[in-house]
Amino acid sequence: MPRLESPRYVVLFATAVCVVCALVVSVAAVGLADRQAENARLYRHKNVLLAAGIVAPDERLSDAELMRRFESAVEPALIDLATGAPAQATGLDPRSYDQRRARNDPGMSRPAPANDAGVTRLPIVGLVYYVKGPSGPVQVVLPVEGAGMWGLMAGFVALDRDGNTVRGLTFHEQKETPGLGGEIGNPRWQALWQGRKVYDAAWEPQLRVIKGAAGPPAQDPHRVDGLSGATITSNGVSRLIGFWLGKDGYAPFLERFRKAAA
Amino acid sequence: MTTAAPLLGPQERATLTRPILIDNPIGIQMLGVCSALAVTTRLDKALVMCACVVFVLVLANLAVSLVRNYTPGSIRIIVQLTIIASLVIVVDQVLKAYLYELSLELSVFVGLIITNCIVMGRAEGFAMQNPPWPSVLDGLGNALGYTVVLVLVALARELFGAGRVLGFDVLPLAAGGGWYEPNGLMLIAPSAFFLVGLLIWALKTWKPELQDKEG
Repeated sequence: MPRLESPRYVVLFATAVCVVCALVVSVAAVGLADRQAENARLYRHKNVLLAAGIVAPDERLSDAELMRRFESAVEPALIDLATGAPAQATGLDPRSYDQRRARNDPGMSRPAPANDAGVTRLPIVGLVYYVKGPSGPVQVVLPVEGAGMWGLMAGFVALDRDGNTVRGLTFHEQKETPGLGGEIGNPRWQALWQGRKVYDAAWEPQLRVIKGAAGPPAQDPHRVDGLSGATITSNGVSRLIGFWLGKDGYAPFLERFRKAAA
Repeated sequence: MTTAAPLLGPQERATLTRPILIDNPIGIQMLGVCSALAVTTRLDKALVMCACVVFVLVLANLAVSLVRNYTPGSIRIIVQLTIIASLVIVVDQVLKAYLYELSLELSVFVGLIITNCIVMGRAEGFAMQNPPWPSVLDGLGNALGYTVVLVLVALARELFGAGRVLGFDVLPLAAGGGWYEPNGLMLIAPSAFFLVGLLIWALKTWKPELQDKEG
C-alpha cells in the first residue's frame, strides 16, 4: 500500500498516535495525582513509626489504623533549623508542614553550606517528630535526605532520648539499584543501625557505613555494614547522616534536646 | 463480529488456550524470563505483576490490531512501542494510587513491562496480522501463560524461602520456634532459574511433542 508510506501520511499518523497516547497518560496522571500524594503522605507517616520502632516492618495496617497510631504516638513540631530552638510565630502548622516544599521555596529556605551529601538548599524551618512518652518525649525522629547513585534518598532517623543512640533508620524514597543499593530499603539492613551511636565524645558525628561487616553495636558503635556492590549508595548514606546530624543539620536541635533531658 | 466468526469457536478457544500450556511464552518461547526472576520472591508481588501484564498485553494487542491496517510499515515498531509504553505508564500510575507499597517494591519492574519481550512479540507477531478479537484472546492467553509460570515459581519461592503463602505462615520457621529451616536460595534470583528449568522439564516430559528434535 503506497498510500501508507507517503511521508505526509507517516508524519500525520505518528502525530495522531502520540496525541492519543499523551492524552491517555495525562488523564491517568492528573486524575490519580491526589490519591498518590495522599499515599505518599501516609507512607511518610508509616516510615516515622517504622524508624521509631512503633510499627514492625512486616506489620500490615489499614490507613485508618496507621493514622490512629501516628496521632497517638507522635507529636510533630517545628524548629528553627539554624539554632535548634522551637520555631516562633511562623504561622505554620506542623501537621501539614511540607519540608520538601519549603526547601524548594526561595522564601522559606537558604542555600546549604558546602557539603558532600548533595544537599543544595536548607529549609529555614525544620520538622521533627517527638515520640510521646508518659513524661515528655522518649525519642525524636528526624527527616534526612541526600544524593544516592541514581537520585534522592529520603528517610528518617530515630534517636533515643540521649540524642545519640540510633533507634531506627528508614528510607521512604530512593531510586537505588534493586538488589544492590536498593537494599537500603531492606528492614534487615536497617535493623543493623539500631543501638549505634551517632556522636563521639566531642559531639562530632562519626556514624558511617563502612566496607565489609561491622561488629555488634556495643563494640563497634560508630560503624554499620556496607552494602556490597553499592559503594556509591553506601557513601551517600554515610554523607547524608554526617550532614543532617552535623552542625548544619540537626546538631543544634539535638544539643537542646539533650539538655532538656538532663 | 459477523456470524461467520463466532466469539468463542474452536479456533478462538485455541488462540486463548494454546499459549497457556502448549505454547507458553516463558516455558517454550523463553520470553519474559527476566521479570519472572525479579518479582517472584513473594506471591502477592507476582500476582500484581501478572495483573499488570494481563492489562498491558490485552490492551496493547487490541490497540495495535485496531490500527494495523493504517500503520505505515516503516514506523510500526515505534508505534507499537508508544502504545505499550503509554499503557505501562497508566498501570504504574494506578498502582501508585491504589497499591502504593507494592508499587515501591515492584519498583522498576513495572516500568520494564515496556521491554518485556512477550508484549512486543505478540504485538508484532500476532496483532499486526489479525483482527481485534483474536488479538485480544491471544494477548489474554499469553498473559495467562506468563501468569501460570510466575504464580508457580512465586508459590514455591515464598513457601520454601520464607515458609509463607501470601504472607500467611504455612511452614512454621525454626527461627520462630517451628521446625522448618527456610531455604535461603529461594529468596535470591538464581532459584527462579532452577524452578523455571524444572517446570520446562516437567512440561516437555508431559508433552513429548514439545521437545526440540535433535539434529
